[in-house]
Amino acid sequence: MTVPFDQVVTRHGATVLRVCRAVLGPDHAEDAWSETFLAALRAYPDLPPDANVEAWLVTIAHRKAIDHVRRTARQARPVAAVPERGSSRYAPGGWERDLWEALGDLPDKQRHAVVYHHIAGLPHAEVAAIIGGSPAAARKASSDGIAALRRHYTEEHP
Amino acid sequence: MNHDADLTQQLTAPVPQEAVDRLRADLAQRADDADLLDVAYRTVPTPIGELLLAATPAGVVRVAFAGEDFDAVLTDLAARISPRVLHAPARLDPAARQIEEYFDGRRRNFDVAVDLSLIGGFRREVLDELQTVPFGVRVTYTELAARSGRARAVRAAASACAQNPVPVVVPCHRVVRTDGTLGGYRGGLPAKETLLALESAAA
Repeated sequence: MTVPFDQVVTRHGATVLRVCRAVLGPDHAEDAWSETFLAALRAYPDLPPDANVEAWLVTIAHRKAIDHVRRTARQARPVAAVPERGSSRYAPGGWERDLWEALGDLPDKQRHAVVYHHIAGLPHAEVAAIIGGSPAAARKASSDGIAALRRHYTEEHP
Repeated sequence: MNHDADLTQQLTAPVPQEAVDRLRADLAQRADDADLLDVAYRTVPTPIGELLLAATPAGVVRVAFAGEDFDAVLTDLAARISPRVLHAPARLDPAARQIEEYFDGRRRNFDVAVDLSLIGGFRREVLDELQTVPFGVRVTYTELAARSGRARAVRAAASACAQNPVPVVVPCHRVVRTDGTLGGYRGGLPAKETLLALESAAA
């Protein structure tokens, strides 16, 4: 890659933060963002020039999120993947607390599929490459996840 | 009722720009600590326009004038040095401060490390020699060629000045033609005139 890394941060910094926030919740999003971009900076010179930079960043963010969940699981938290409730480091910018909880309650695969498709904007094939399985399975996980969120949302906002 | 639109809107709600900016500044510091900040850059306002300053761990590697298109300069540095380029003002704070002092008439010599790796061969020797030309003094391209050890390489000396990657700090503005006219300048002749006038007023 010969595009200055600074431009990568400019173009994708906000999206990656939205992804980290949705996958890990607001309390761990910033740490995950920093770890993602530091790892990306390290590997960046070897990235092929025709690579999809956003998919590459989301792949790194996904690994960092899994590492994070494993770390917190080792620390014997009851439900590692669910965002901590009742606190928020910054105003979630339109996010409502119950949406965090609804996302956190989804099975991992559905949550990842929803976030990488609807928030990162990646096609199902790219999502499948990140989370494993077929593009069709990624599509199903995403639509099942959205359906579950919609049920939750409709109940909360009748 | 359109819950789906609401839901999609919620999912893609923006993050605060303030958070991204803060994380970005923190990334530059972490990158430097991890030896991953191959090229740091910042800008500094001066009477001859905003200057872009870029530095490798070895020193200031590039000073660019506003007319040069900073994005193009950074892309060139990414290709020629490393794509690990980040806005990281801290590394360039001393250089920026000294440039401000210079334009304020409070500094005659720059005390910052310079990285001339963007230029090679005889032209680099010319720029090494050029750093010994003191504040307020003018030399000709012919004199500079002679001082650099190749009296007949006047064109090469002029080309070294024209391609000086670190103008202002490496003072190519102090080099003029034998007939007393200014010759060329990457930042434009008015900038060269301003620098020479500043130095002759203070000298």
